Amino acid sequence: MTEQSAPAAAVPSRFPAALKSAALSALVAFGLFSLIVGARTDQGPTGALIVFPRLDDLAWLAGVVFAGSFLRTLLFGDAPLQVSRHFPSGVKRIGARLSRFAAPALLGFALIAPLLFYSNRYYLDLSILVLTYVMLGWGLNIVVGLAGLLDLGYVAFYAVGAYSYALLAQNFGLSFWIGLPLAGILAAFWGVLLGFPVLRLRGDYLAIVTLAFGEIIRLVLINWQSFTGGPNGIASIPRPSFFGLPFTDDEGGFAHTFGLEFSPIHRIVFLFYVILALALLTNWVTIRLRRLPIGRAWEALREDEIACRSLGINTTNTKLTAFAIGAMFGGFAGAFFATRQGFISPESFVFMESALILAIVVLGGMGSQLGVAVAALVMIGAFELLREFAQYRMLVFGFAMVLIMVWRPRGLIGTRVPSIFLRKEKELPSSMVAEGRR
Amino acid sequence: MTGAPILQVEHLEMRFGGLVAVHDLSFAANRGDITALIGPNGAGKTTVFNCITGFYKPSTGMLRLVTSDGASHLLERLPDFRIAQEARVARTFQNIRLFPGMSLLENLLVAQHNTLMRASGYTVLGLFGFGSYTRAEAAAVENARYWLDRIGLLPRADDAAGELPYGAQRRLEIARAMCSAPELLCLDEPAAGLNARESAELEDLLLFIREQHRTSILLIEHDMSVVMRMSDRIVVLDYGTKICEGTPAQVRNDPKVIAAYLGVEEEEVDKVEAEVGL
Amino acid sequence: MEYFVQQLINGVALGSIYGLIAIGYTMVYGIIGMINFAHGDIFMVGAFVALITFLVLVAIGVTALPLALFLVLLVAMALTALYGWTVERIAYRPLRRSFRLAPLISAIGMSIILQNYVQIAQGARVKPLPPLITGGYTLFESNDFAVQLSNVQILIIWLTFTLMIAFSWMIAKTRLGRDMRACEQDARMASLVGVDTDRTISLTFVIGAALAAVAGMMYLLYYGVADFYIGFIAGVKAFTAAVLGGIGSLPGAMLGGLLIGLIETFWSAYFSVEYKDVAAFAVLIVVLIFLPTGILGRPEIEKV
Repeated sequence: MTEQSAPAAAVPSRFPAALKSAALSALVAFGLFSLIVGARTDQGPTGALIVFPRLDDLAWLAGVVFAGSFLRTLLFGDAPLQVSRHFPSGVKRIGARLSRFAAPALLGFALIAPLLFYSNRYYLDLSILVLTYVMLGWGLNIVVGLAGLLDLGYVAFYAVGAYSYALLAQNFGLSFWIGLPLAGILAAFWGVLLGFPVLRLRGDYLAIVTLAFGEIIRLVLINWQSFTGGPNGIASIPRPSFFGLPFTDDEGGFAHTFGLEFSPIHRIVFLFYVILALALLTNWVTIRLRRLPIGRAWEALREDEIACRSLGINTTNTKLTAFAIGAMFGGFAGAFFATRQGFISPESFVFMESALILAIVVLGGMGSQLGVAVAALVMIGAFELLREFAQYRMLVFGFAMVLIMVWRPRGLIGTRVPSIFLRKEKELPSSMVAEGRR
Repeated sequence: MTGAPILQVEHLEMRFGGLVAVHDLSFAANRGDITALIGPNGAGKTTVFNCITGFYKPSTGMLRLVTSDGASHLLERLPDFRIAQEARVARTFQNIRLFPGMSLLENLLVAQHNTLMRASGYTVLGLFGFGSYTRAEAAAVENARYWLDRIGLLPRADDAAGELPYGAQRRLEIARAMCSAPELLCLDEPAAGLNARESAELEDLLLFIREQHRTSILLIEHDMSVVMRMSDRIVVLDYGTKICEGTPAQVRNDPKVIAAYLGVEEEEVDKVEAEVGL
Repeated sequence: MEYFVQQLINGVALGSIYGLIAIGYTMVYGIIGMINFAHGDIFMVGAFVALITFLVLVAIGVTALPLALFLVLLVAMALTALYGWTVERIAYRPLRRSFRLAPLISAIGMSIILQNYVQIAQGARVKPLPPLITGGYTLFESNDFAVQLSNVQILIIWLTFTLMIAFSWMIAKTRLGRDMRACEQDARMASLVGVDTDRTISLTFVIGAALAAVAGMMYLLYYGVADFYIGFIAGVKAFTAAVLGGIGSLPGAMLGGLLIGLIETFWSAYFSVEYKDVAAFAVLIVVLIFLPTGILGRPEIEKV
């Protein structure tokens, strides 16, 4: 806030304006909250709805809005709030320098995390959850971040992967290590099946079709009782083994074979490394693909599809590969989810999941691998921290999404590193990135 | 220079609903020539380009392109990307269409997509870093470096294409089209918005492309001085029909052309010319 | 045959509700090219405002049904419009010139906010409302099956078509409608020739939200229940309707709404209730494959 000295001088002169805007905001807030907050409905003794006033809450909220609006106008004037402008440039420079070490530091931390949290099952479970979302984010990043295809139904492929593994394991007794690649292949197959007819649709039509597809998959999972178990889902899905050694407390189990004392944590640690490896595989493949012609074609497609076609690129096939590869990683993550939980049901594959994964990709900075990882960590981590506030945490979560977008529409990482350099490596501002033309 | 036709347009007709944008157009562009397509605004020039490059499917008519290996391609039957890929037609756009967030080098590598795709074994070999792909990519980078050097943008190779000034973006778009090794290069108003020096550089570049790379050029241009100096043949369109075709000298003196450009009836040309002192 | 006519009536009533919500999607998409993901939740807020207004009116002794309904309609439209205005002001206006996905994420955030806000303020349980408008007409009767046209259905269909006509007139004839059409064509150019684009866009949200409030009220009257989650499903289906009809086209939105309503009703009646949503979405996918810009959407000539 060192740059505040100049605007601060203008504070007293803004006083009347601040009062006026605060009064207006409070009036709007009063209108908004008047009925929904100010009058609570509940079922009375007869079962019919009765309404009773809750004017104190209403007054509180209007007051908070008044104060907030007053302070904002007083301190910052009417100009749209740009948080980044209020950072001293030194902070930005340090931030830029830090980001260079962020990736190795995060990786290093991930590798030793199970040792740090060995005695804390909660943190281990949370780390596994974060890594699952990192992987999903990276998978969707191929489709949305690189190829620029807006996919609102990514969770469908996550579901296909989870159910594929669960059903293969239950009906054919396949082990995790065989079920995993099959789940990925099946998800990719569904990706192609959906993608083939719809990928020539323009951006937003594609978005709604993928959303519809996600809902169709979920509804089929709920209603096809005989095959999927319906709303009850599938239980007792086999847990993964350490390449054939089960994590059980008997002879031939993991602990016994390695001469360790049995502990249920072993399996959690193993699961952690499995999802870490899967996520890193996703990352590795994405980084490799970005430097191959297919990856460059994806990014070119995101920038200008017509120019791509004029250069002889088969855009349908290019989109289809992005869709299929993204779906495949979603399928892997799904299989992992199934084996970790041991139980899956359609409830885990609702639209909110797709929205969450998409938010991770966009908040991270489209196409940036590091950004996606950080965004997943922040979103899922913060979400868990808010657990105490139970019913308010989704509200906070929603506000966070809006505020981050208003603050940094391009996401946390606002630069793009080209896939190849002639002279020296340098980052390009992602404000140049075109996101397709209409 | 003049050889056999590389592109033959026969009875091309393009209708949008009731609007006839191009009517019964026939002409040929010879191999190694610079053929210009001129006409007043709205004459249907860009529509002809869009038919040739497959962005529009012609209502009727035939577009035959003969590549240097002797194969003949019927463009009206090919989807746009195969026209670029197989018939080796490359184009630029009236409103520049670069990949603005990608570096100059990346722009030029995307243009070599199909060659590199084959070399990467359709991604499978490239994923595991096989040497053959590394060599192919080095060659592609070399090709890109050559063109960047030729258009004077080598020092900016790693900058974002969207950051370039307008004139440089035009040159880059031509270089990108050339990186796809075309036999026919279609340029849609390449001199639009350029100053005199940039325009002269552009003329040099186009002559260089024709002399050194034996690429035939089809050109839409409004700058008549450029057209008259550069073109071997000129086709004049007005209201979607061809009103004249010939060498620059023939076209310059054709009363129909003058009438079309002055916007008067043919009989009045003499009168109008006298008035404006021609 | 009687069964068929009955389902037709039910489908048209349901489709009217979808159509009114779809107009909000299509207008916003037409004017600023974004999917207003929170619009379904605006509809839900509309239903809640209507519910609470009605209960308040009953509590203070306004019991004459026509008057009460009229007041509920007015309050619901006004307050929900305020919600529409606020959502645009907070979450979309700062992102006006931003890149394509930012407003979408912001809209999803807004949708989450609205759902949870209503859930916290009014509780998660379903709110039942006894049927207010009862009775109806028996159109004809045979084979023990009477074709009913209930008064609620008459109200829904009548209100929808009245609003549609008023609305079409507004778009075609008034200054505001002309400004909206101008912004839709080219917002920059419109502002250059003196159209206040910010105001026009705000009013688009306000009108869309007011229509969604009408839909919310009718939903409440028709089904007699509301909860904080009704916005999502109805929103997705209304958006499907807008796309089906050709997004950006107002008659298209209404037509799409009717089609989705009919598909859903007939599928439930003749095949299975469980798969009615699957049917609606599947029809959407099939239509888009063969008619990529929807039924009444302008065919897009690629500008190259």
